[in-house]
This record gives sequence, C-alpha cells and structure tokens, in this order.
Amino acid sequence: MSRIEFKDVRHAYPPPAGQAPVYALKEISQVWEDGGAYALLGPSGCGKTTLLNIISGLLTPSEGSILFDGRDVTRQPTAARHIAQVFQFPVVYDTMTVFDNLAFPLRNRGMPEARATERVTEIAEMLDLSDRLHQRAAGLTADGKQKISLGRGLVREEVNAILFDEPLTVIDPHLKWQLRSKLKELHQQIGVTMIYVTHDQVEALTFADQVVVMYDGGVVQVGTPVELFNRPKHTFVGYFIGSPGMNVLPCKLENGQPVFANNLLSSGYPADADLSGKLEIGIRPEFVGFGDDGIPVEIQKVEDLGRYQVVTVKHEAEQIKMLVGEDEAIPSESPMIQFDPENLHIYHDDWVVETRNA
Amino acid sequence: MRKTTNQKAWWLVVPVLLLVAFNAFIPLMTVVNYSVQETFGNNAFFWEGVTWFEKVLRSERFHDSLLRQLLFTGMIISIEVPLGIAVALSMPRKGPWVSVCLVLMALPLLIPWNVVGAMWNIFALPDIGLLGYTLNSMGFDYNFTQQPVSAWMTTVVMDVWHWTSLVVLLCYAGLCSIPDAYYQAAHIDGASRWAVFRYIQLPKMKRVLTIAILLRFMDSFMIYTEPFVLTGGGPGNTTTFLSIDLVKIALGQFDLGPAAAMSLIYFLIVLLVCWVFYTVMMRNEEQ
Repeated sequence: MSRIEFKDVRHAYPPPAGQAPVYALKEISQVWEDGGAYALLGPSGCGKTTLLNIISGLLTPSEGSILFDGRDVTRQPTAARHIAQVFQFPVVYDTMTVFDNLAFPLRNRGMPEARATERVTEIAEMLDLSDRLHQRAAGLTADGKQKISLGRGLVREEVNAILFDEPLTVIDPHLKWQLRSKLKELHQQIGVTMIYVTHDQVEALTFADQVVVMYDGGVVQVGTPVELFNRPKHTFVGYFIGSPGMNVLPCKLENGQPVFANNLLSSGYPADADLSGKLEIGIRPEFVGFGDDGIPVEIQKVEDLGRYQVVTVKHEAEQIKMLVGEDEAIPSESPMIQFDPENLHIYHDDWVVETRNA
Repeated sequence: MRKTTNQKAWWLVVPVLLLVAFNAFIPLMTVVNYSVQETFGNNAFFWEGVTWFEKVLRSERFHDSLLRQLLFTGMIISIEVPLGIAVALSMPRKGPWVSVCLVLMALPLLIPWNVVGAMWNIFALPDIGLLGYTLNSMGFDYNFTQQPVSAWMTTVVMDVWHWTSLVVLLCYAGLCSIPDAYYQAAHIDGASRWAVFRYIQLPKMKRVLTIAILLRFMDSFMIYTEPFVLTGGGPGNTTTFLSIDLVKIALGQFDLGPAAAMSLIYFLIVLLVCWVFYTVMMRNEEQ
C-alpha cells in the first residue's frame, strides 16, 4: 500500500524516423492517495492507457518521475513495484486450472505452497470462483476470465495498487453491472488503491470517489462526480460528462459582463484581466428552461426519453440542448429560453473563468 | 409444404465426381487391382489374393526401409521442431528487420526439391564441394558417397536446411497472434522467461505446431527426390527410404504386384499416423 505521486511526467512514443516526437502525455503532476478509488476518464487516444502503463512500469516515461511513498521508482521494473493490472481483454493462462492461474503470481514469487493455497482459497471465495477452482481456465466465460485476471492481482499481499484498463469492454451488459458492484465491494473490503481507466462516464462516476478527466494527453480536471458535473473546469469536461453534454456557446462581453444573443446572462464579472481570445459560456441542458422572455429560438427536435425530454433548439447558428420534464409542455409559438445564472460558467480559451459580483 | 423434386440438380455434382474419380479414386483402385493380382503383360491377370501383402509385410527389405524411414522422420522432426521454435522466438516482432527475416526464411522453401538435392550433392562432395572439402581439410574423414554415417548426416542436415523454415514461419505466425496484454500480464505476475514460454507462447503455438508436425511428418515420410538426387539411396541401401525402395521395386524390378501392395501399406501407415496424431491433439484441446 502506498501513495503514488507523479512529478512532471511526460511521455512520447518513439516517432517515425525523421519526425518530431509527439507527446502522448503532456506534463502530468498528480497524486493518487493510498486506498483511493480513482477513475481515469477520457476519450480513446487521450493517453489514459499510457498513464496506466507508466504507473505499472510497463513503460518508462520520457521525462519526470514517479514516487511510491516518496521513493523514486521511475526506473524500477514492474516486478519491483508490486502493481497489479487488469487488461481490456481477459488474460488467463489457458493450460492452467483456475486455481493454478490464481496461484501463478504467488508461485513465481516463491511463496510456500500451503500459504499460497490458503491465499487462493480466500480470494476465490471473495470472487465467487470457489466452485470452479479446478476447472480449466480456458473454459470460463469472459466475465469469469476477467475475475481471474483480477484475482491474480488480489492474491498478492503486497500489492500497492490495482490498475484496470477498460476491464468491462468484453463483458455482457447485464454482467457489467454485477462485476462493477463487485469491484466496488472489493475496494471497500480490501482498501487497496484502485485506478480504473474507462471512456464510459457511467462506469467512471459509479466506481470512483475521484474522477480524473483526461483530454489530449493532459489532466483537465480531478474531482468528485458532483464537482465534475456542477463545475466543469474545462469545456471538454462539460460536454464529455453528462448526457447530453454541456452547451458551449460563444459569448461577448458588454460592460464586462457576458452576453449571448443580446441577453445579459449573469450579474458576475469575469475575474481575469486578460480575456482576449475565445470566450464562451457553458450551461448544462438541465439548467436551460422555457420562459416568457429570454432568447428567442426555434425548436428543431424533441426526443422523449421517458422521464424527461431532450429538446434541441436553435438560435441563429447555435444549437442548444435542453432537458425538460416529461409532463412539461413545450411552447409551440415563438418559444423563448432562459439560462439559470447560478449554473452558468464562463470559459476563456476552454478554461473556466472565475467570476466576481460587481 | 411440398418439397419440389428436381433430379436435374445431380448434374451439378458431376464435375466434382469426375475430378475426384480421375485424380484419386481410379488411380487408387488401379493400385488395388495390381496388389491382388499377378500380371505378365498383355493384360493377362491372375488372382493372387493377399499373397503380395504377406510377402511385403514379411520381407526383411521392407522392414529395413521402414525402419530407416521412421528413424529419418523421427530425427528431422526432433531437430526441426525445437529449432524452428527457437528461430521463431528470436525473430523480431516488429521493425524493418521483419521482412528481411521472413524473406530469408522463405528462400529455402522456394527451391525445387531436385535442385536442393543437386545443390547439396555438389556442396558436400568430398574433393571439390565447399562443405566436403572444408570438413576433410579440418581433419574429419567425411565422404557421403561411401560412408553411411556421412550420408545420413548430409541427408538430415539437407532436410533441416530445406524445411525448418516451414516450422519457423508457422510458429512465427502463432507467436504474432499473441496480444501484448499476455506478455504484460506475465510481467506483472512476475513470470520468468521460461514460464512465459511454457504457459503463454507454447499453448498459443499449439495449433500451428500441430499442423507443422503433421506436415513435416507427411512430407518427410514420403521424401523421395532430395535423397534420390543426393545419394541415390546409397551407399548400399543405407539411405534407401520407403519411397526410393518402392520406386526400385516398381520401376527397377517391375514387380508391380508387390509394389502395389507396398504402396497401399505405405499409404495406410501415413493415414493411420496422421489420424491418431490429429485425434489425440484435438482431444487434448477439448479437455
């Protein structure tokens, strides 16, 4: 068990001959507290897996260092770091039984057989694999195999952290939920640090205490699911989290206050002095409503999702999504919409700007 | 629902039937025909029953060439398979050297059998061949045209040179199909290099190895051209393998009956071994 710390870590994969290296990870400094449940959330190709492989030692970063409890492990091999990793596709040793699979990491480390058996039995019990211990691992279903992959990490007593690289990709939908709750339960039971990579926001938000949102090789925000929802620091977090994502609309400043479509949006003034560049407002569909005055729009599409309706409206060239309760009427003639000023954010070059009241 | 009957559909099968008849069934039946009769030419046949089969099965000459054949096949498989795996393991998995290695590996496979035989014959000639001359000047008494041991060594080395590539390419294909995650997981589980080979690479290569062994068994068991060109079955009969012996009986001595019986026995041995091998491998697979 230990606290994992990234100090200015950057990584570039070897570029094709004659080209400048492209950084898959751009300068990350991040602390993973001992015993935390973290999710690394981001679109495909944003560097999540690279980051994970750097923690486990499968990759050595081009720059920066990784500390485990203050001890520099940047150059240490995987085996010395006591990290367990579960991959996207279940990895089992086909020729072995479930038992031998689980005992494999212990035997490799020279644990006495009696102790290993005890350990395996205990972990198999936790993972509900006890009745299948003496079957060939190759015969199990995908979720069973994924449990074995996880089990091989759990049996090791000295494990610092368990890393998951999109572990539910190949699992049937109805089993995904089960396996995810199992993970959560195990986390509470064992208290080992878990870092879970996914591009599925539901998985990330249900699993983790802290969600680390990554975008284009960098960390854009770290926070609890509620923080990410209520106060996205970056426009990417806004539209990646939430369904549908946040509306991001261009705005102007008039007398220092944000204005969209000739409507004064909030009484706050952006705190930053320099606001040259791209200026936008972000508002979640949950906080857009119809009103008697406000921004005139035309309704483009209404999707009924049962408990609520997603309404797509348009003001000039800008499309705006809004969430409307299932019973709420949708005005048919010259509809107007209003933004809830409490939940409106201003973004300068994609990063949120603090506002102060005049 | 009433099924429509249309006997005309049978015509669609005729081309295949003809093909199979002319390239397999009729030639085989001709051999069967010879194997149970005696002929003195003029299309006059006399019924002999299983006489030829008994004769072949009891003949010392057949026993000897069968034994030589088994020894040869056993030797080349036990060299080519481990060597092929070793070479495949040491080939690069990515980078510019991959294609270089693959082309180098494929080269021996592209050379016609009789050319291989001729090449090695010249290469190994004790007085002028590069190999033979070098060995002799290094102090080894080597002459494959006169010494049985030298002849055997040359034949085996030639086959290894010609066919290890096949095993290499098949194993390499098997190795390439292993996802990186397996190696990473093994790394994390603290597996040794040997454990990675034993529990990841070997199991994943099992299918291609089965095919490689089957192919090498069949091909080497039926080997003819290369040893025929290299040693002509000699010195004496020491490298006379089954097919060389068969040709001697059939075409040299013109004993069509015994040759036909021997062909059938030969064919049944190959069939039986392949079937047993394949069944055993597949049964393991299911467990």
